[in-house]
Amino acid sequence: MKICVSATGADLSASLDPRFGRCRMFLFVDPENMTFDAVTNPALSADGGAGTQAAQLVAGNGARAVLTGNVGPNAFTALDAAGIEIYTGLSGSVQAAVEQFKKGELQTTSSPSVESHAGMGRGGGAGKGR
Amino acid sequence: MKIAVASGKGGTGKTTVSVSLALSLGSVQFLDCDVEEPNAALFFKPKIGEELPVGISVPEVNEKLCSHCKKCSELCAFNALVVLGTKVLLFPELCHGCGGCTYICPEKAITEHDRTIGVIQRGAAGPIDFIQGILNVGEPMAPPIIARARAMADPKKTVILDAPPGTSCPVIETVRDVDYCILVTEPTPFGLHDLHLAVETMRQISVPFGVVVNCWGIGNDAVEKYCAREQIDILLKIPWDRAIAEGYSRGEPAVSVVPELKKEFQKLYTTISQTCHKARIHEAVDHYQR
Repeated sequence: MKICVSATGADLSASLDPRFGRCRMFLFVDPENMTFDAVTNPALSADGGAGTQAAQLVAGNGARAVLTGNVGPNAFTALDAAGIEIYTGLSGSVQAAVEQFKKGELQTTSSPSVESHAGMGRGGGAGKGR
Repeated sequence: MKIAVASGKGGTGKTTVSVSLALSLGSVQFLDCDVEEPNAALFFKPKIGEELPVGISVPEVNEKLCSHCKKCSELCAFNALVVLGTKVLLFPELCHGCGGCTYICPEKAITEHDRTIGVIQRGAAGPIDFIQGILNVGEPMAPPIIARARAMADPKKTVILDAPPGTSCPVIETVRDVDYCILVTEPTPFGLHDLHLAVETMRQISVPFGVVVNCWGIGNDAVEKYCAREQIDILLKIPWDRAIAEGYSRGEPAVSVVPELKKEFQKLYTTISQTCHKARIHEAVDHYQR
């Protein structure tokens, strides 16, 4: 089983990236032996729909669960449709998040944790009027 | 002649200027292109005669024909289509209606249908032909409605377009083919900062422009210095006047509160039409010499 963690860097000691759709990297971790693949998130610079693009990538890499800080509505819909479990509200290192997951300390979320464009910083998303 | 009224910063007085200009000229056409929050109607109080829905074409995927090749999702610049294994998800509010997915689909599994995102209303306010676009609440994409409003511009009339604030797509869509754009600012550091952005935008898309300074008398002289340095015409200074603000809050146009302003707006129009006339002559001469 593979799980996906949004991360700010390419190894397990990196901090978990609180944004899902516009995180720096995705780490696909096998919790059994802690081996992982780091994939740069192409959606980071998407003109729009970063959440849906990221979700497609995560699903395409065969992840069964996502550990992140926040998930917006579109990403949530796509991940949910792909049957991927979503865990939000995480912070700290990728390693620590995976350990928590392994111990069964995390609860899946059943709704998006933020509104659209929350990961864009000031100014809103590409499609916004102002 | 088409004149847009825009600004980098919101709340500088675009509607004050565009409404007053229209009322000072009489028989013009007015397009409220601030479709996310059109408010010129509060001042014109027009009788709306017709309402036209505005839609964009969004794809519909026939799951029976789809081979899940992902070509559509790879093509979509806005990630409105997602292919997850044998599922295709569409996010209609991300779709810009370009039709690329329909075109690229090798299985011809995609058809298009119209999704309504807002309306155009048309009516009359005295001699003024009034048109406003209204984007449905929750819809993110204003340009298709603005484009539809612009398409109704009467070539035989002076057309005044009230633009949305800022410098993003809806503003570009409003001002892209006007003859002149009035940039409204206020004499404050914030006003100057956003005026600068608006000026850069107009230069980038080659739209002739000049500046109206609203609330003249507050703030500092940095806007004036900036315009002098950049050789930008200041067309009009509207003095700060509490009565104008109070009138605005009651839906009374500035030219009704301070009737002397009418003459100023008529002069403003004359200046702009002379500038545009000169530009056309230059263009013609340039063309001839080539």
